[in-house]
Amino acid sequence: MASVPRYWRNIPSYYRLVGSKCRGCGRTWFPPRRCCPICYSRDLELIELPTEGVLEEFTIIRTPPSGFDYYTPYVVGIVKLRDGTRVLTQVVDCDVTELKPGTEVVATFRRVREDGDFGIVMYALKFRPKR
Amino acid sequence: MRTRVGVGIHGWGVYIPRYRIKVEEIARIWGYDVNYYVKSLMLKEKAVAGIDEDVATIAVEAAKNALKRASIEGSKVGAVYVGTESKPYAVKPTATIVAEAIGATPHVLAADIEFACKAGTEAFQICTGLVASGMVEYALAIGADTAQANPGDHLEFSAASGGAAYVLGPDDSRAVASIEGSVSYVTDTPDFWRRELSPYPKHAEAFTGDPAYFRHVVNAARELMSQLGLRASDFNYVVFHQPNGAFPLRAAAMLGIPKEKVLPGLLAPEIGNTYAASSLLGLAAVLDVAKPGERILVVSYGSGAGSDAISLIVKDGIEERKNLAPTVRDYVNDKTYIDYGLYARFRRIIRYVR
Repeated sequence: MASVPRYWRNIPSYYRLVGSKCRGCGRTWFPPRRCCPICYSRDLELIELPTEGVLEEFTIIRTPPSGFDYYTPYVVGIVKLRDGTRVLTQVVDCDVTELKPGTEVVATFRRVREDGDFGIVMYALKFRPKR
Repeated sequence: MRTRVGVGIHGWGVYIPRYRIKVEEIARIWGYDVNYYVKSLMLKEKAVAGIDEDVATIAVEAAKNALKRASIEGSKVGAVYVGTESKPYAVKPTATIVAEAIGATPHVLAADIEFACKAGTEAFQICTGLVASGMVEYALAIGADTAQANPGDHLEFSAASGGAAYVLGPDDSRAVASIEGSVSYVTDTPDFWRRELSPYPKHAEAFTGDPAYFRHVVNAARELMSQLGLRASDFNYVVFHQPNGAFPLRAAAMLGIPKEKVLPGLLAPEIGNTYAASSLLGLAAVLDVAKPGERILVVSYGSGAGSDAISLIVKDGIEERKNLAPTVRDYVNDKTYIDYGLYARFRRIIRYVR
């Protein structure tokens, strides 16, 4: 069963790609971190990250966890955003057999999963090839 | 109805899913004569929401495009109204999802509006009133649907997915179109309905024509022209609700409007009937090509039944907004055809149980 509080807490990141920027070294992170893993600063601010980038690598999920069954096969990939932040995300609106690393992608608001027939519906930004 | 203080469109934006199914494919499955749909109803294909798309996702994408054209931040929006008959939740507003996704929360009016296919223009009128009253500076009116149709029903040939969003604000120098006036024509006419817990709507077949669509659309248009002292020839473009490609042209003929003024906003042949988004998508297609000074008539129709007729005058400054977001034509042309099997899966007509 999906955790409603966990989903709710993450809505800014899911809906608007809110990550964190380290005021110490300037690096950006997604999802947001409380402590910079490079310079160990705890002085980080929340920022909305760019919504365009390049697909670096990906895999195709054919045996999904519960709640994702109806969406298979789907692509989970690493997108390097324009500011260099890397985001683990789904890539949609593409032929999974023809997708290639290096594809320019743009964020799109999509349904991620639903908690059975009567539970909540979860949404988030995914990425799709730029056209 | 005219507001005491001027209200205008500051931004328009649309979203049309990229999947299409041809009417030939639907006719093949159910054994219907495709010629009736192609020739009599002027339907070629319809837009189908992808497997991870619904009204919330379509509304968010359209809203973001409208905000780009308005060139304002989501936090400036004081009201979000989503007109739809395909809410993802029976109870829980779609508008809160949209408001959160565009960064308009928490000080924002937000609600879903239901009036069959008229819900989008109903939201437009509510937002017009809110802006005119000064309660909010900018309001976002959205019409979006992933229209339901019983498999095998005639509606399945047209019921489509799409959305259109409008940022309304003061009729100042940043507005791209002035709202000149509007009227509503509403009666209790049960031509089409969906009962609670029913997955698909029912309709009264031929009754949906003369006593429903044409009566409301034509009377709303005539009343608006009467109130504003205008004639049909005063409008450069006319957009009607589009249950198919043929009805809007027949309504235009009844009002003495040449079809050349209707065709720029006529999308049903290529994307189907997007229900609450239909007339607002047509208006967006017109704004994509309209020039300053031109006058546009929009007439929606929602079963149950009613029509909103709205007159707009395009203003200077529209040209530089057109390219700030994808046009209707961009979305219409970006398409991938699917067969009935994939369509059934996308629309969750077939499901599996684990």
